[in-house]
Amino acid sequence: MEETLTLNTLQAAVTETGHSIDIVWVLIATALVMFMQPGFAMAEAGFTRSKNTANILMKNLVDFAVGSIAFFLIGYALMFGTDIGGLIGKLPFMEDIRPDIDLSFLMFQTVFAATAATIVSGAVAERTEFKAYILFSIVTTAIVYPISGHWIWGGGWLSDLGFHDFAGSTVVHSVGAWMGLVGAAIIGPRIGKYNGKVNAIPGHNLTFAALGVFILWFGWFGFNAGSQLAANGTANTVAISHIFLTTNLSGAAGTLAALVISWIRYKRPTLSLSLNGSLAGLVAITAGCDIVSPESAIIIGLIAGTALVFGVEFIDKVLRIDDPVGAVTVHGINGALGTILVGFFAKEGGVFYGGGFSLLGVQVLGVVAVAAWALGTAFIIFKVLKVTVGLRVSARIEEEGLDIYEHGEKAYH
Amino acid sequence: MKKIEAIIRKTKFEEVKKGLHNIGIDYLSFWDVRGVGKSVEERVYRGVIYDTSSIERTLISFIVRDKYVDNCIVSIRENAFTGEIGDGRIFVYNVEDAYRIRTGDSGDRSLYDEE
Repeated sequence: MEETLTLNTLQAAVTETGHSIDIVWVLIATALVMFMQPGFAMAEAGFTRSKNTANILMKNLVDFAVGSIAFFLIGYALMFGTDIGGLIGKLPFMEDIRPDIDLSFLMFQTVFAATAATIVSGAVAERTEFKAYILFSIVTTAIVYPISGHWIWGGGWLSDLGFHDFAGSTVVHSVGAWMGLVGAAIIGPRIGKYNGKVNAIPGHNLTFAALGVFILWFGWFGFNAGSQLAANGTANTVAISHIFLTTNLSGAAGTLAALVISWIRYKRPTLSLSLNGSLAGLVAITAGCDIVSPESAIIIGLIAGTALVFGVEFIDKVLRIDDPVGAVTVHGINGALGTILVGFFAKEGGVFYGGGFSLLGVQVLGVVAVAAWALGTAFIIFKVLKVTVGLRVSARIEEEGLDIYEHGEKAYH
Repeated sequence: MKKIEAIIRKTKFEEVKKGLHNIGIDYLSFWDVRGVGKSVEERVYRGVIYDTSSIERTLISFIVRDKYVDNCIVSIRENAFTGEIGDGRIFVYNVEDAYRIRTGDSGDRSLYDEE
């Protein structure tokens, strides 16, 4: 029997269509963010030596596979299950799932979790035991990332305070980077990196590095604009378009700032740092891409690109922590910086818009709390891995390359 | 018979090859080689300024009858010349004997086809 068309059925149909548009947008964005995985893989492979290429590609492949399953089984529930005391979500989550929205949301969040894990592989590249890295990825995506994520996105204590991290400068990027920082420090520098002085260990293929950065930039539109989680109606399309614009402007400004600063400091425009500058701008805008103006996005990008050059130098030359791809500076320092800058540039509540210092305070608190969480848990995980499976390959393997000894195959013949 | 080896700039290889071809040297071997020396190039990678310790050059090598040696040296010098430090070297060696594997021809005869 055919239903009669009434205003009620018509309204229901319109609502349903709008709902479908939202879900389709979230799934498209999910695919875009998934595509950041090859972006990371190419960037990290390019910035490291050819003898370790199969190894770094393997890590990028495996952390996505492992992370997807670990986040589905445990992580998602910890992050988005019913809140317990503001700290974690409730297991198991299946009962709470609404089949229509939540599966697309689960997918979207899965690719985010995998992004956090994959950041670490760059920081510890070229010397880390493969087994240890797999175990680390499991614990990160199942437990560490979801818990701090719950504080901010899952209804935990930081979200109650009004902490604003729209698409994950802190939730995703900083968490990954701080863990990478601890990992790189505990594992120690690559052989030959610091012997009295700071040596350059040039990556083997800047073509790959550049391709990787372009892919990441492309994926970032899904990362940030997808976090709107809706696309139906004028309000949403305006918001998404705004996010596309701020994201792109900040990435561009980050590139130019890193280019100019490195040009002045090292007497020539260097590609390797300019590429990091693009990512720095993108990471920094991620927290506030929805609530800062396009002009502010440019300023945030410029600050991020500047911080990138000095951050890389600081970590390399002062702390002497060997981060082959610059992951800690790109994702950690700029993730924190971008999150804090929301407190200045937010059109509502930002210091520069007469909003006083309360939002800024909350932003700083969130950055510090998440950093403490990530640094602390990473310290424990890496120390445990060190005494159990071992963290570092032998000197002989490191010299000959991880490809042949760990995996028995080379990327190049 | 003499063996002539020359270390030349990579950018000069095509000119040197052409020059030798013009004076009848059609066969030669070459390698891209790296060496160490006093002249180093400054590079920057991710904020670290460093010197490359290796210098890239092309090494060419061929065997000629004695009467061609002088022409060859003149030709290589002409075509590999920029006037800047690092234009390279030419070395000339005596070759005791040579055989063509297919025919068994030896000495000078092994170097050229029957005329």
